[in-house]
Amino acid sequence: MNAPVTKPIHVGLKPTPFIERLRPLNKFESLEYWKGYWSPADYGNAEREYFAIRNTSSVFDLSPMTKYRITGPDTVAFLQRMVTRDVSKIKVGRVGYTVWCNDEGKVIDDGTLFRLGENHFRLCCQENQLFWLSHSAEGFDVNIYDETDEVTGLSLQGPTSCSVLKALGCEGIETLKPFEMRAFPFAGGEVVVSRTGFTGDLGYELWIDPSLALPLWDGLQEAGKPFSGVEPIGSHALDMVRIEAGFIAAQVDFVPADQAIRADRARSPFELNLGWLVAMDKGHFTGRRALLEEQKNGSKYCLVAVDIDGKYPADGSIIYHHKETEVGHITSGIWSPTAKRNIGLASLLVPFGKTMLDDLWVEIYVMRELKWEKLMVKCTVVKAPFFEPARRRATPPLTY
Amino acid sequence: MTKSYDHIVIGAGHNGLTAAAYLAKAGGRVLVLEARDAIGGASATAEIAPGYKVSTCAHLLNQLHPRVAKDLGLASHGLKFAGTDLPTTVLGASGAVLRAQGDNVEGAISPADRAKYAAFRKKLLKFSKRLQPMLLTTPPRLLNRDFKQNMDLLKLGWAIRSLGRTDMREFLRVAGMNVYDLVRDDFESDLVQVLFANDAVLGTSMGPRSPGTVLTLLYRLTGEIAGRQGALALPQGGMGAVADALAAAATKAGAEIRTAAPVARILIENDRAVGVVLSSGEEIRAGHILSNADPRTTFVKLVGARHLDAGFQRDVTKIRTKGMAAKLNLALDSLPAFTGLNQSDLAGRVILSESIEQIENAFNPAKYGEYSPTPLIELTIPSVADPSLTGPGKHVLSAIVQYAPYHLKAGWDAAREDFLKTIMARLENFAPGIGKQVVASQLLTPLDLEREYGLPGGHWHHGELAIDQLLMLRPVAAASRYEGPIAGLYLCGAGAHPGGGVMGAAGHNAARTVLEARKSGEKAA
Repeated sequence: MNAPVTKPIHVGLKPTPFIERLRPLNKFESLEYWKGYWSPADYGNAEREYFAIRNTSSVFDLSPMTKYRITGPDTVAFLQRMVTRDVSKIKVGRVGYTVWCNDEGKVIDDGTLFRLGENHFRLCCQENQLFWLSHSAEGFDVNIYDETDEVTGLSLQGPTSCSVLKALGCEGIETLKPFEMRAFPFAGGEVVVSRTGFTGDLGYELWIDPSLALPLWDGLQEAGKPFSGVEPIGSHALDMVRIEAGFIAAQVDFVPADQAIRADRARSPFELNLGWLVAMDKGHFTGRRALLEEQKNGSKYCLVAVDIDGKYPADGSIIYHHKETEVGHITSGIWSPTAKRNIGLASLLVPFGKTMLDDLWVEIYVMRELKWEKLMVKCTVVKAPFFEPARRRATPPLTY
Repeated sequence: MTKSYDHIVIGAGHNGLTAAAYLAKAGGRVLVLEARDAIGGASATAEIAPGYKVSTCAHLLNQLHPRVAKDLGLASHGLKFAGTDLPTTVLGASGAVLRAQGDNVEGAISPADRAKYAAFRKKLLKFSKRLQPMLLTTPPRLLNRDFKQNMDLLKLGWAIRSLGRTDMREFLRVAGMNVYDLVRDDFESDLVQVLFANDAVLGTSMGPRSPGTVLTLLYRLTGEIAGRQGALALPQGGMGAVADALAAAATKAGAEIRTAAPVARILIENDRAVGVVLSSGEEIRAGHILSNADPRTTFVKLVGARHLDAGFQRDVTKIRTKGMAAKLNLALDSLPAFTGLNQSDLAGRVILSESIEQIENAFNPAKYGEYSPTPLIELTIPSVADPSLTGPGKHVLSAIVQYAPYHLKAGWDAAREDFLKTIMARLENFAPGIGKQVVASQLLTPLDLEREYGLPGGHWHHGELAIDQLLMLRPVAAASRYEGPIAGLYLCGAGAHPGGGVMGAAGHNAARTVLEARKSGEKAA
């Protein structure tokens, strides 16, 4: 492990390298808590921001995203043992989404692994994970370094994002495939662009040295002008599109296993519909034995996408079978402006959601002019994502 | 051609030999692999100078489980005793002497204390007796217990409950206490306090005022030897004789024992332990692998992180193994003269300490990485009762010296000589002239005990005996039933329940677990 580095302690919210540009735009000072960083929830109009993601281009400050640099001769072996996915299949220059579990096979967190070299990965995740990385590193010749403040990032998402990047000078960006990354020269340095994101749409994540953060911001604004602009967005709009895409969020759709106090609250990858991330045949990894047991005995919970009748968002609502027996709840729910459906992700007690799909009802409370009304509306298990434009995967994407 | 085995036991310590003997008796083909040239582990007799043999590590037998001794016929395999109910003598300040044997006590003790002594000791023995059945019970799981495990847990609860209301309350009152408060509640005389405190703290990294020291005392008193609970015995020929008898029992039943055969790693295929690889590169396979090595060595070194869950690996790494007991073995040209002690005292056990405060004070520097300038010493001169060790006239002295922390600030290789001088000066206080009688000396610091005998951190018990490392938490929850997370790999040493002391219970229980697995495997096949 590296020697500890002394860093200044920030009092109050920690600024990101983009704050100089973002603070004036954040007219209502609407922020969300993200590890103590200055992170906008919205810039005054989440709907407008949402439509920018789906119709033009949006930009989200990813600076608070936790980033670990993992290097050393045992890097691959270390990651193979820590995460559920077969890391050897992520080629250099590519990105993979994965989860990692505790000994009981319950998900601690999810994140993306960027393979920057044979023995050089970057792990991006929402929360701090140094405790678990350090435990997992025992017995491996590997260096783990928190580079959160040394690599800053912007998420540029939306149908015009490829055109914006071309205008910025990213020559050949249209050939970049989903989950691929590439470096482009920028302002005397370079910007690494990965075709990744949390929107289920065409989009990119841009990684750069903090000293070039403001030039990058300004460059994107300039480059976006011919394409109806690049709209700064906050977490509210991002949350809407990720639900449409069927992506889960920590603390919302699952409780990180290391934070769950009650024994049955944590969830396994199978229980989060992430069984496809579990490579049982790659050798041992933390949680594998418990997951094998679970495969043998069956999972207790499942996570499904649901379509709910009516128009009222069902976030947090309890789901009943036959309007009587409680069988789960909606973990994330919105009215989807694009799909024009009332959608949600739901945690259900198996067999509901697996083999018992009929007769499921959601109890929604609606405030109608000083009166709470209880609605019992039908809910149908469907396939996610709720919205999946062809441009998400098209290479080259349509340019404007 | 390689021979095939049903069971491989890594380490020929007393628990490994016990397990091997049970497995061989049950018809298994057993191979015991010992890294050292000699068997026995910490239950060993060795020559420290020509003509001077001594128990180099453990020096008294007080816990060898009667069931193990009987099942394996250790008496018929040559285990004899030079003494089975040894007296204990506490030698305090300016020649004050306390003599104790069984319920009798005399010497430096007030009449009030003397009147209470037998009842107090009986109370402790009664409580310990209730814990005895637990020694041979596989700890029930914390969660998801089956019927048998629930019954085992009930039995333990019932053993305490059935003490009756008054005694149960008293048990619950004292079980979590420290020995300092316990003995000072009842006794005013220094040396009787020392007597109990010594038994509570010996081999631990605790002082008399540390929480949990009544529990260690009760734990120790579960021991029974030659039909007497809480007694001390001296095996004829030293502690090595215990290992020899166990080895004879195992060999007679068909087990094979190879010394100088260090295991480099445990072979894992398809998430199952299938054999071992020796340092020489030789590969030997077997259906079950039992490890007499401590849990950390077994899992972290012999298995390796790649086969372990990260949480399990962390728990195993964090097992507390702070050894604080050093061992001093002296070859003496004549019997030392301890002020106030006679020859029959020297045939038993001698404790050197002025008071319970002195023990606590001896512990204090150890907390901060320094050895005690005036250590607590428990010694035997086994050659008094067993002249076969040295021949007539000559003697060996075996002393457990506390406190000597494994993590010594100065480093043991630099401080060993100074520590030896410190101990000799302390001995000289009680036995003037002893220094001149020394022919040869061997000082084993906790670091030496780790290097030489594989005791992790120099800790006798492969892990502190404390409430968070006992029963279903020993060595860690996920390996408390002898089988850890890797199928086919079992712990059979002191790191497993019920811990160390030359007892054989862990070896017995592990062998039983393996035999149950073998039976259910045969049924399945």
